[in-house]
Amino acid sequence: MKGMTLIVKKTTQLMAGIVFMYGIYVIVHGHLTPGGGFAGGVIIAGSLILVTLAFGSDFLKLVKEEAGTTLIESFATLMFILIAVSGFFFGTRIFFNNFLPKGVVGHLISAGVLPLYNIFVGTEVAASIFIIFLSLIIFKEESAQ
Amino acid sequence: MEVAVSIITGLMILGALYAIHAKDLLSSVIACGIVGYSLVICFLLLKAPDLAIVQIVVDTITLIIMVAVVLDSSREELFLKPDTQGYVTTLTGVFLLAIFLYFFVISVQSLDILGKGSLRMAEQYINGAAQKTGSANLVTGVVFDFRGYDTMGEAVVLVTAVLGVLTILRIKGKK
Repeated sequence: MKGMTLIVKKTTQLMAGIVFMYGIYVIVHGHLTPGGGFAGGVIIAGSLILVTLAFGSDFLKLVKEEAGTTLIESFATLMFILIAVSGFFFGTRIFFNNFLPKGVVGHLISAGVLPLYNIFVGTEVAASIFIIFLSLIIFKEESAQ
Repeated sequence: MEVAVSIITGLMILGALYAIHAKDLLSSVIACGIVGYSLVICFLLLKAPDLAIVQIVVDTITLIIMVAVVLDSSREELFLKPDTQGYVTTLTGVFLLAIFLYFFVISVQSLDILGKGSLRMAEQYINGAAQKTGSANLVTGVVFDFRGYDTMGEAVVLVTAVLGVLTILRIKGKK
């Protein structure tokens, strides 16, 4: 896949970082404001797709990106399940136990393990959607050769 | 508010019907966009900003991918003439639709008005959820604390979907 024109590339350089930051904001504030892991993860995937579409596969090594993204996705899912299981070893013996101190409602660092769930789910969703997009491009280029 | 939601729902139905019958596949994809973005407005009117954020981003990404697919393959729809089997399928569909509509009308009379009244379970979630979970956003509290297994299932479903895409779409084998 070829990249787009210079205008698109420059605008992407300006915009993609801001979109990425907004995704991180939505994930981190997931327990305070509307949004959360799923919404923020899709926004982050959108910024990555923006960069991929603008610069194309002659600038980015897409196969390498795909290998790294697969690792990140599996790691995030594993961490989600590990946190869920680790609730079993603290306090009440149930899964999904909120074992960290809950803090003051409304503060950024509060709600125990919920922000951690948000962060890992966000990473996993971003990686999943980005992999699906990348695989569509990579497999088409492989078959065209 | 109910009038606005009704108008937008009618628009969504029109968009969906046009998406099925359009000759040009690109305009069909854009008509699918009408359905998605109208759903965003519906979510906002029904006070569900969490869903609206997810829907607007997912719909944009889906539209981008679908437009790319249509531009790469053909834009013409392969027109199939209706034969005997097609008529039988249509008749069965209309028959089933009538039956479903009949039971829908019966069952909808026993429901609460939309947004009014809550179930016994929901009251347990709403009362003091901020103190129980420590989360100011009730949706996050329900999704990750009360209904943690559901969320784990969703995450695993996404991983499985990615595995399926990587397995089915790969044309050349991995070295």
